[in-house]
This record gives sequence, C-alpha cells and structure tokens, in this order.
Amino acid sequence: MSGNTSQWPLWEVFLRSRNGLHHQHVGSVHAVDAEMAVANARDVYTRRGEGVSIWVVPSNAIVASDPSDKDELFEPALDKIYRHPTFYEIPDGVANI
Amino acid sequence: MSPTSEQLLTYADGALLLSHRLSEWMSNAPTMEEDIALGNIALDLLGQARGLLQRCAAEIGGDEDELAYFRDSEAFRNPLLCELPNGDFAHTMVRQLFADAWFAGVWAVLAADDTVDADVRGVAEKAIKENAYHWRHSSAWVVRLGDGTDESHRRTQEAVDALWPFRGEVASDEWYARIEPVLAEATLTTPGRDAWTQRGSADGWHTEHLGYLLAEMQSLARAHPGASW
Repeated sequence: MSGNTSQWPLWEVFLRSRNGLHHQHVGSVHAVDAEMAVANARDVYTRRGEGVSIWVVPSNAIVASDPSDKDELFEPALDKIYRHPTFYEIPDGVANI
Repeated sequence: MSPTSEQLLTYADGALLLSHRLSEWMSNAPTMEEDIALGNIALDLLGQARGLLQRCAAEIGGDEDELAYFRDSEAFRNPLLCELPNGDFAHTMVRQLFADAWFAGVWAVLAADDTVDADVRGVAEKAIKENAYHWRHSSAWVVRLGDGTDESHRRTQEAVDALWPFRGEVASDEWYARIEPVLAEATLTTPGRDAWTQRGSADGWHTEHLGYLLAEMQSLARAHPGASW
C-alpha cells in the first residue's frame, strides 16, 4: 500500500453472546467511522456465532486507571474476604448471580 | 417457472468463481479487518455455490466436486463479471456491487417460487440474509471510495468504466434500480443502460482470465483426484 500510511481510529468491541446477560469486551478493530466499526467487529469477532449484539466504542473515549495506582486502588480489597459471597447459601431458584 | 439446471449452473458458477476471486485477497487486503471480511463473503458464496452444485449434479450427473474441479472453461456458465480479475480494491468492490445486485434478484426469485425444489429454496433463503450483508458491505465501500479522495474517486470511476461492459449477463431493470442510486451517491457516472455490453458465457465463451483461474482452483483436485481431508 502506498500513500496514506496513517492508522485508522481504533474502536473497542463488546459482544453480548446468545445467552449472555451483558456485553463483554472481546478486542478492538480499526475503522474510519462507527458504521464501519460495527461491520468490522461483526466480521472479525462473530464468525463462529459468538454474539447477538455488538457495541463499539472509540478507544480514546475510554478512561483507564493508571497502572502505577495499582497498589492504592486494588490492594486494599485483597484482605477483605468477607466481601465475597461465599458465606451465603444461594437459593435454588436463583439462576444468575 | 422453475429454473433449468443450466440457470442454476449460472448462479452456482457465478458464486463459485467470485468466491475464488475474493479468496485471492487473503493476506493482501488493505486492512486486516477487510481481509477477514472478504474471507467471510468468499465463504458465504462458496456455501451458496455448493448448495446449487449439489442440486445440479443430481440432475446432470457427477457430484459437486466434479462440477467444480473437473469441468473445463467452456462448460462454465457464470456471468463473465464473476471471473474477472480483482484489480485494485476499488475494482473488486465495484465488481462485488454489480454481482451482489444480481444475486439479490436471483435469490429473491428462487426463494419466492414454490415450484422450485425445496433444497434450492433453502439455499436461496439462507443466501438472502448473506447477500443483504454483502450488499451493505460493497455499497458502503463504493460510496466511501467514489465520494472519497481524488485518488479513490479516480480509481473507482475507472473500475466502473472497466466493468460496465460486463454487466450484460447480470443486468435487468431491477438491477439498474439497485445500482444507480449507489453510483449516484458515490458521484460515479456510467455510459448508461443502452451502452454496449459483452456476453458469451451462455455459449461457453469466456474471457482469457478464466483459464488461469481454473488452473489454480482446479490443480489440487486434478493432481489428487478423489482426495479428501
């Protein structure tokens, strides 16, 4: 390819699977606009029936935590095992939790 | 009126050869995403071709592989459009637009005709959904390229000029009605509906490109007849 070698904008792709309850991040695609991003996400990430709904979000719209803040953000949660729902009996009638 | 096996062969061969052409883009498309998109479309077309070739084989003998891999060029009935080389990406997209518009009519007619064999109707019903996506893909690209930069417009117009004379075997009033609004939106022009057009595949006359395509597509099956995975 000659000429314009600059990259197209990057989009993050989220899929909801057939029996999934929410969209999950599966990867990213390059595309010039939102319509092409949905099409590319369909072509790249749903070839084996992985999804019934696609979301795409411009990657630069995602605000991420700073990796260097890892200790103060996440370590305080590590010793609080009482926050895990392992101390409860889950009623039989509850399908998804 | 139920389609003859000759007509079915026209659709099957068109899908088969167009599939092969698109597969030639694998690892060479402008972007990785487009590479996969073209592969997906090629596989859809291959599936459509197989479904129809099985039906044709039941009528005229042999099996789908014999029809695909052991016929010579004069026995192919595809529209000439479907055997033409890829050219650049704009050329491939314009060829795809023309072919998608043709297939849209083909599948709609087959699916709606209850005198048509159930297997063929099944192929057509599935193909309608596949074709709708192919059309969305090709028409979006033709508009994007035609109404894009000077360079992309020039290349896309050249593709229209080069492919217009090969529309004869796929064009109908319905076909023009599909194509013309897309070309207008893409700011592309044509010599019009009445301009001269090439024909020939119905009598086994093909372009010089088909022989090379078949040589590549058929070489493995002919070197190892009856081989299977």
